[in-house]
Amino acid sequence: MDLFAVILVEILYSIASLILISAGLAVVFGMMKVINLAHGEFMMLGGYATIVAVNQGVNVFIAMLVIAPITVGLIGLVVERLVIRHLYGRLVDTMLATWGISLLFIGLATMIFGNTTTGISTPISGFSVGTYQINGYNFFIILVAMVLVLGLYIVLKLTRLGLIARGAMQRADMAAALGYSPSRIYMATFFCGAALSGLAGAVLAPLVGLVPTSGGAYIAKAFITVIAGGPSLIAGLASSAGLFGVTSQVFAFSISPMAGEIALLVAAVVLLRLMPQGITGRFFKGKV
Amino acid sequence: MQNQFGRDAFALLVTAGVLVWIAPLVISTYTLTVLIVYGMLALSLGLIWGYGGILCFGQAAFFGLGAYTYAIAAINIGESTLPMLLAIIVPFIFAMMLGAMMFYGRLGDVYVGVITLVVTLILYRFINSTAGPQFVLGKARLGGFNGIPGFQTLNVPGNPDSYIWGDGLYYFAAAALVVVLLLVSWLLASPFGRIAVGIRENETRMSLMGYDVAARKTLLFALGAAIAGLAGALFANWAEIVTPSLFSLGQSAEIIIWCIAGGLGTRFGPIIGAAALAYLKFLLGQQTLVDNTVIMGLILVLFVLFLPKGIVPAVVSGWTTLFGRRGAGKATALRRNRAGRGAVSHG
Repeated sequence: MDLFAVILVEILYSIASLILISAGLAVVFGMMKVINLAHGEFMMLGGYATIVAVNQGVNVFIAMLVIAPITVGLIGLVVERLVIRHLYGRLVDTMLATWGISLLFIGLATMIFGNTTTGISTPISGFSVGTYQINGYNFFIILVAMVLVLGLYIVLKLTRLGLIARGAMQRADMAAALGYSPSRIYMATFFCGAALSGLAGAVLAPLVGLVPTSGGAYIAKAFITVIAGGPSLIAGLASSAGLFGVTSQVFAFSISPMAGEIALLVAAVVLLRLMPQGITGRFFKGKV
Repeated sequence: MQNQFGRDAFALLVTAGVLVWIAPLVISTYTLTVLIVYGMLALSLGLIWGYGGILCFGQAAFFGLGAYTYAIAAINIGESTLPMLLAIIVPFIFAMMLGAMMFYGRLGDVYVGVITLVVTLILYRFINSTAGPQFVLGKARLGGFNGIPGFQTLNVPGNPDSYIWGDGLYYFAAAALVVVLLLVSWLLASPFGRIAVGIRENETRMSLMGYDVAARKTLLFALGAAIAGLAGALFANWAEIVTPSLFSLGQSAEIIIWCIAGGLGTRFGPIIGAAALAYLKFLLGQQTLVDNTVIMGLILVLFVLFLPKGIVPAVVSGWTTLFGRRGAGKATALRRNRAGRGAVSHG
């Protein structure tokens, strides 16, 4: 029974972290059809922003939930204005350019912070269930992921801002004819996507030792979660994160953590081969 | 067509001969060898991406697979001839299976990119996790993060004690690159190559004309993998150790940067791009002021923004506009410009 509870928490945590990791990329890819390969580095920068802020004496939660997203969002804004806005509609070129940006950020972070591992301790202590120890911080991550999904849904589906954004993504020319500037909407969307990446990086920072190349560990997972999710932003994100989270944890518990990682990747390859349009390309059509 | 290929091949042999002879006067053969290896690796991606339109994010997988195959086979066999062949065959077969899975499934550009990327990651994670003593193939321990050192390096066929190393390895690698380049040129001049370019330009039209698009793409993909595997085996001989970093995303990124910078849709662009950028990286590695990842990243971004066709096509079209005497030359240049990126078919 205790073991069951522990495994359940672990599975939920695994799904939640996949959602967090992928949300920023999903917003940028799902709404703008831009594949941002610098996503992992945005997360890495979010982590560093948190650590720097905490070391300056800022409360850790303010650092994670406010400072990191805004910092990374602003960095994203600069990247969008300087590079990405010239490349809209050229999918492969944006991939390559953002890959270049990711290398650039890795290099800059190495120059500034050095090629050493830094980290902060988890702000919430663990507790025990029977004979097992559960990390209390896992619950915080699950909570953040839930709030995030809910918030995204409300903004996209129920607010005027979300309506304008979705409209501009579907028919930019129509939105422009109605008096909304697509360029500014893209800019704002990219800002939000980058901010979400920064938030994810910040929230996950206490769990991992941060190095300038940390982003590489996230990008592949985020990438496959988003692509496997398919065209619907939130339904796709939730369903593919659910599927991959369960798969990886089942294999991780029954064989080894490495087997879990590999099972996740193999599941992604098989899924894409069977459903090239992603999960929501076949199910949940027309949802947000 | 045959005549032109003959003339092409002759010019290529002469140029290559002169370059191979002159280059060691400027750069040490040790560095040159690895530049040649990278050139061959870039050529492999240039073939499938530039001519076949297949964007493979995991060319490093085949490079690493070639290197590991060579290392494992060399330890078990104790002689280098068969391992060299295996290092070409194993990635070829692996890519055949992977390619068949992707291309018969009619996956689009982005999905091919994702799957090749993921497969590279799987290999990277797997090889990294093989540190334990239970991971043994014959006499070779996979060694996890530390890689496999101390295998038999290249020797004269049939004589395991006379090693080919140093200058000898340089000339061997150069000869291998020339042979591969000739084969690629021949392939591109053949109907198979022409049809591959046709598929790149318009897949639907080619399939409506009755060509089996999936089979041709799979074969081209596998040929690219075989070349990458050969490059991997040569790299293993040069480095005398193979490590999981051969499979890393960084390695894949570099191959793509070389191709972009050099010029897609040309045979020489990727090779020149690889040699130039790898040498630049080598020079940058000697200073500590700027991290060289910053420079590589900047180069990629700037090329995508300002010179998306790469150096070689830009130089070629600049040359034709400046010195093109005949009207025909100008017309070709114009047509090339209009056809846009990747449409230049002669390097």
